[in-house]
Amino acid sequence: MGAGHAHRLYLPGASPVHRLPPQCKLVAVLAFVLLVVATPRERIWAFGVYALLLAAVTVAARVPFRTVARRIVIEVPFVAFAFLMPFVAEGEKITVLGLRLSESGLWGAWNILAKGTLGVVASILLAATTEPRLLLLGIERLRMPSLITQIATFMLRYGDVVTAELGRMKVARASRGFEARDIRATGVLAKSVGALFLRSYERGERVHLAMVSRGYDGRMPVLYDVGATAMQWTLAAVLPLAAALVALAAWMSP
Amino acid sequence: MHVPDGFIDAPVSIAAGAVAVAGIGIALRGARRELDDRTAPLAGLTAAFVFAAQMLNFPVAAGTSGHLLGGTLAAILVGPYTGVLCVSVVLLMQALLFADGGLTALGVNITTMALVTVLAGYGLFRLLLRMLPKTRASVAAASFVAALVSVPAAAAAFTVIYAAGGTADVSIGKVATAMIGVHVLIGIGEALITAATVSSVLAVRPDLVYGARGLMKPLELRVAARKADGPAEPSRA
Repeated sequence: MGAGHAHRLYLPGASPVHRLPPQCKLVAVLAFVLLVVATPRERIWAFGVYALLLAAVTVAARVPFRTVARRIVIEVPFVAFAFLMPFVAEGEKITVLGLRLSESGLWGAWNILAKGTLGVVASILLAATTEPRLLLLGIERLRMPSLITQIATFMLRYGDVVTAELGRMKVARASRGFEARDIRATGVLAKSVGALFLRSYERGERVHLAMVSRGYDGRMPVLYDVGATAMQWTLAAVLPLAAALVALAAWMSP
Repeated sequence: MHVPDGFIDAPVSIAAGAVAVAGIGIALRGARRELDDRTAPLAGLTAAFVFAAQMLNFPVAAGTSGHLLGGTLAAILVGPYTGVLCVSVVLLMQALLFADGGLTALGVNITTMALVTVLAGYGLFRLLLRMLPKTRASVAAASFVAALVSVPAAAAAFTVIYAAGGTADVSIGKVATAMIGVHVLIGIGEALITAATVSSVLAVRPDLVYGARGLMKPLELRVAARKADGPAEPSRA
């Protein structure tokens, strides 16, 4: 949402989690998050166990806890929303510390905070242990249409170039005394966006011609393939299987 | 605007995922028609552009700032199908790499921010262009209105999804008022930037504005006429 995306998220390493094929990790994370979302919010202990599972993965991946904590910031806008919820939600009111709060609102806030945070941490671990390039190979292995992965590849490859171009425009504006103060700045900013689009699109045209001159016919050659063995699938399945047990227990318990 | 995990319950998340998959399937077929084998590099670079443009914060009111969503802008510039693909890929990458927007909520995010934004924005844009005179000003006006409406439309779509599978006990009326109210404000910023951007591209490369194809005459090279004999007239410029 509001936070920037500037930092690089991949932490190079050779832990067992790093070495798992990307498609296995993708399926594991997706299954894990789905199970978390499907868990009833009243079973507070279940979310504690989920957090422990993720902590175990963090340790196994040798990702510093501090790094994970710092990156959770992306969630902040929704934390703000969650804190508002007990005040605006309907239902029975209870008094906490002298404030009249809605009981179901409190549950709602807890639900979003717990599930949202677990989801964010799972995604952070995925991105921290998998190179972006490999993630794309992973989603291609999971039968994502190749056109989508190609578009995503180009976006990743040129994202930094285009962002840097925007940064240079910002420096150029600032060095001419421009500062976005109010609505009158729109025209200037929009001209930058327009120029950025033209430069990006024309770069795309040049890239396409360069590809055609090297024999591109609509599909990318496979230079590097990531196969997964049954052993690796089993290893990746440990997290969602453990989560499935927790979810099952949460559903069964009174 | 990026919905995290746990905001919408599992069945509705999965249903929204199915809607997103269907929408992207249609967009894939349409994008090949719009761009043929140039689809991957051009849509990829446009996605990078949308991604970068989303980092551009503009002041909204009283010290708060909003950022561009870019759905309508992308649809007007490169066509609705390619626009859907670009925004969807941006959302996919944000969820996978930056943990921005939950993985289970990806379907919800793509449905509201890619499908609904482009459908509402581009549909309105074409409708307005059909009624307005064929000038650059009316292209700018049409993109202004289209972008202005597309953002609250996405908020309204989110409200509908929330009504079906929201996990919090906040009344639909309150959610609708808050969501649509805030997004009308964001929509104004979006509309200003979109209209000004479209008209600045239109001034330089009118052939690149997909939504205004056939509306503008291509720029032509004008060469000063020489006299049949004698040296060329000295330029007066």
